[in-house]
Amino acid sequence: MIYADNAATTKMSEVAINTMVSLMNETYGNPSSLYTFGQKAKEALEKARADVAAVIGADKKEILFTSGGSEADNQAIISAAELGKKNGKKHIISTAFEHHAVLHTLNKLAKEGFEITLLPVHENGIVLPEEVEAAIREDTCLVTVMFANNEIGTIQPIREIGAVCRAKGVLFHTDAVQAIGHLPINVVDDNIDMLSASGHKFHGPKGVGFLYFKKGIRLTNLIEGGAQEKGKRAGTENVPGIVAMAEALKESVAKMESTTNYLINKRDRLIAGLKEIPHSAVNGDLTHRLPSNVNFCFEGIEGESLLLLLDDKGIAASSGSACTSGSLDPSHVLLAIGRVHDVAHGSLRLSIGEDITDEDVDYIIKSVKEVVEYLRGFSPVWRDLVSGKTQFILP
Amino acid sequence: MALYSEKVMDHFRNPRNVGVIEDANGIGEVGNAKCGDIMKMYLKIEDDVIQDVKFETFGCGSAIASSSMATEMIKGKPVSEAMNLTNKAVAEALDGLPDYKMHCSVLAEEAIKSALEDYEKRKSE
Repeated sequence: MIYADNAATTKMSEVAINTMVSLMNETYGNPSSLYTFGQKAKEALEKARADVAAVIGADKKEILFTSGGSEADNQAIISAAELGKKNGKKHIISTAFEHHAVLHTLNKLAKEGFEITLLPVHENGIVLPEEVEAAIREDTCLVTVMFANNEIGTIQPIREIGAVCRAKGVLFHTDAVQAIGHLPINVVDDNIDMLSASGHKFHGPKGVGFLYFKKGIRLTNLIEGGAQEKGKRAGTENVPGIVAMAEALKESVAKMESTTNYLINKRDRLIAGLKEIPHSAVNGDLTHRLPSNVNFCFEGIEGESLLLLLDDKGIAASSGSACTSGSLDPSHVLLAIGRVHDVAHGSLRLSIGEDITDEDVDYIIKSVKEVVEYLRGFSPVWRDLVSGKTQFILP
Repeated sequence: MALYSEKVMDHFRNPRNVGVIEDANGIGEVGNAKCGDIMKMYLKIEDDVIQDVKFETFGCGSAIASSSMATEMIKGKPVSEAMNLTNKAVAEALDGLPDYKMHCSVLAEEAIKSALEDYEKRKSE
């Protein structure tokens, strides 16, 4: 199998697995227990906190461990909203193509009387800092913009947006789930007040993530109970998961430069090869893009059939078609960059990992070409396009 | 657990009766590209019996499988019998569809009926 769905999840690294197993075997004490055996787990936990903090240029007191990216997003946004409410500020700025962990939390706040502004992301899938600036009002309590988009891989001008927020005195949160471990991030240089991360997107375990929150920000609890995580997140800490995540993150960051160069080469070969398919288009900016992300629309076909046939050929990929989302609408991300429904249904996302070879790249290109041609062969939409009955949307 | 039954995957991977009938005397098209499924059915009917049927589908795996199965179920049948084809029968013949994919079998039923209506209309002209 060629695994090309690393934006969905990644294979755990050997060091992460070994760390996890060793902690489960040998350091299974409860970090809240006072005896030596429990305190050993506490030590491992606090070292992981310091490691994670060091990677992003934060202080260890600014790291809260969570169950993953979604929880971190929820807690960051809810906390900022609570702080805003106290000061009579009930306006939040975000973008149209955020992850649902952000969008659905904002929807909930909208029902509670918050006003939400979703900025456009333009055809290239990039938010403009000047549009963020123009949207900030007296009553804005939070700006939340993702670091890199999970579907089309576009990287946002985070540092510039952060600078705008700093100048206006507004809290700035970024969902960095797709970016951390893959792109250089420094919360100080990048003007970030809060940042969400998830372990399994950089070869760590599932079910664990963290929230960076700048000193001075008062977090609101999502989970009440014991005094873990300085009272901000109850429940016995997932010590094996947390420590394995920290190890995976350090490894990813140490290898980042070489991985990035390798992946960009493969990514751009994939893009060049798939572009040869007539009436197709790359989604998202080609330069400001995650090294792992390839995202295309193919006119006249539907994404789920494409995925199933690629699966038969041993390729695991993803699509933004309605059929894969279980709703009637295709991906909100593709609609946000201006793709019409008809075209958005025929999308393919490949998110490659460092195990991909040149042979894999050739095989993927060949397979996608075959499957697209086959499906177009009995698509009434394609027939109408070719016969001139309807107009092509993609050149 | 697989997303679809073996039957669905079989009809998806090896769709029966794919294509166009140039001299069809009943053609029906339903669905729209906006919601992601379009089915087009071509019928060749002689003496009120469906001699040949072909389809073209833009859609997901279950849409393609439903089209394929529906064509199999009406091929060689009298028009009166084909008119009674239900989406439920199509879904059952496929050993079931996931709940959120049942609309694919509805489209298959509608596509067949639309083609049969076209045939009746042409006949009366």
